Amino acid sequence: MSTAARPIARRRPATVQKRALSAVLSTTAVAIFLLSIFPVYWMIQTSFQPTSDIIGSDVNFWPENFTLRNYNTVLFDTTRAQFFPALKNSIIVTVITVVVALIFAFLASLAVTRFRFRSRKAFILTILIVQMIPGEAMIISTYRLLDGWNLLNTIMGLSIVYIATVLPFTIWTLRGFVNGVPIELEEAGMIDGLSRMGAFWRITFPLLAPGLVATGVFGFIQAWNEFLLALVVNSRPEMMTLPVWLRTFQIANGTTNWGGIMAGSTLMAIPVIIFFLIVQGRMTSGLVSGAVKG
Amino acid sequence: MSTIGRAKVVAPSAVDGEVLVSPAPVDPAPKRSRQGRFAPYVLLVPSVALLGVIVGWPLIQLLIMSFQEYGRAQVFGAPAPFIGLDNYVAVLTDDKFWQVLSRSIAFAAVCVVITMVLGTLCALLMTALNKFFRGLLSVGLLLAWAMPALTATIVWGWIFDTSYGVVNYAFTNWLGLDYQGHSWLIAPLSFFLVATLIVVWGAVPFVTFTVYAGLTQVPDEVLEAAQLDGANGFKRFTLIIFPYLRSIFLVVFILQVIWDLRVFTQIYALQGIGGIRDETSTLGVYIVNTALGSGEYGTGGAISVITVIILMAVSIYYVRQTIKEEEL
Repeated sequence: MSTAARPIARRRPATVQKRALSAVLSTTAVAIFLLSIFPVYWMIQTSFQPTSDIIGSDVNFWPENFTLRNYNTVLFDTTRAQFFPALKNSIIVTVITVVVALIFAFLASLAVTRFRFRSRKAFILTILIVQMIPGEAMIISTYRLLDGWNLLNTIMGLSIVYIATVLPFTIWTLRGFVNGVPIELEEAGMIDGLSRMGAFWRITFPLLAPGLVATGVFGFIQAWNEFLLALVVNSRPEMMTLPVWLRTFQIANGTTNWGGIMAGSTLMAIPVIIFFLIVQGRMTSGLVSGAVKG
Repeated sequence: MSTIGRAKVVAPSAVDGEVLVSPAPVDPAPKRSRQGRFAPYVLLVPSVALLGVIVGWPLIQLLIMSFQEYGRAQVFGAPAPFIGLDNYVAVLTDDKFWQVLSRSIAFAAVCVVITMVLGTLCALLMTALNKFFRGLLSVGLLLAWAMPALTATIVWGWIFDTSYGVVNYAFTNWLGLDYQGHSWLIAPLSFFLVATLIVVWGAVPFVTFTVYAGLTQVPDEVLEAAQLDGANGFKRFTLIIFPYLRSIFLVVFILQVIWDLRVFTQIYALQGIGGIRDETSTLGVYIVNTALGSGEYGTGGAISVITVIILMAVSIYYVRQTIKEEEL
């Protein structure tokens, strides 16, 4: 009797303890969740408040006097650098960057996955190393390069540099996806009369669609967010991209228009957040694919 | 007879016909191998050419420029004389450079340690949560991760704003401290407190998700066996989980070191909101300020070269580790 009762008596405090522990852990999770989303929430909720509330003596945790005036100012105010030209520049540069980088990277990743050739390893090494060169260190000579070609304040100039910036990562990631397409499929295509390039184009390329989307989105995010080069190279107001535009908004006048800045930030961040959520799973595996696999 | 003969004649010709349809019947072997030998190089041409022109060439230019006297006059066409190591001597004997360098390293060290510890704890937390709370935590971390660095910095700057920031408001009205009109960015130490918060906030999700992905691969039986043998949570982490995830931790750690050493946007934007440049610049910001602000391209070039060398030295570990794991 007593021996049978003991384990039961012991188990009960254990479950209480366990429940307490899980309550603590869940509370911690909620706390981290709130801390993580707080800046995003704060940005959005401020953007919907009238200025009188933003710089009032009390802080509002909810846009009680909901207004779209900040967005109206940001989008249509003509007294400062304008939103829509910047948006247009950003979109054009980003699209060019993503498309060209994907094409170049597709070809290069075919080379390193489907062929064994001398200097193949050297190329991959170079790709990994180039990725680590900080853009700030290169800013002077990049500026001079573009200046020499009369490409300052052009879509072309900015796009070319962005393509080179995102290319290493794009090649590295696409390489993994190309590896995932069985070479037997290409061989089957070649037996059926396709040339080698035809097999790449008509068999491998369509199968790569998910990889191309994922890799492309990261190129998009990088180009969309890039700030320093755009600031230095495309300084003319009509050639600005969104990050540079956002900064002018901040400096424009003495008293900071926080409502406007938050509205601008929201407009710039939303597409990135959406795209990021679509492909986030690939991000981790892309950067540490080797380590995770091992 | 004749039909059989005809059939006999037709059959091989049919085969021949089929061979003829596919390209190059007689010398397909040499042609294809020659094509195969050059094909990879042809495929690499666009990438190599672009990287050579946009990265390689400026890199060489940078190196050359760092040995030249290159200031405003040279930008407007004056010849740039070679002055040997003068730029490097100037940089390395400048107290300011050493301040910036040690500041960068200290900042990176603090950020990396905090990020790694918090990220790992969050990952461990995720394994202990039920589905709902794990999902909730993931959503929060994802949002923080997805936020662009520039907008994140601006928003944090607003949260810590001197006059209307929510932090000062909360400290004053909820905790009874006198933080009304307190400037967070003017003193270098609290500037870096805010900067650390921004960087860590943005970097923890990456560590968490990567480590969590690794944690799910640690076999449960091993952990259970250790638990039965009396290993507590800490021992299970140091003796089982950590060795299992060693390579993941290493790669994540190196990436964090690289990213935090080259931190730019956060510091630069935060200075724009209200920091003192001289007292808060890190390497990247210092380069930009030296070269673009004061037009000293030669000195800026020397600092850039030094920065590239430092980052390359750190990166070699990452590259080596990646290549080892990937079995190229």
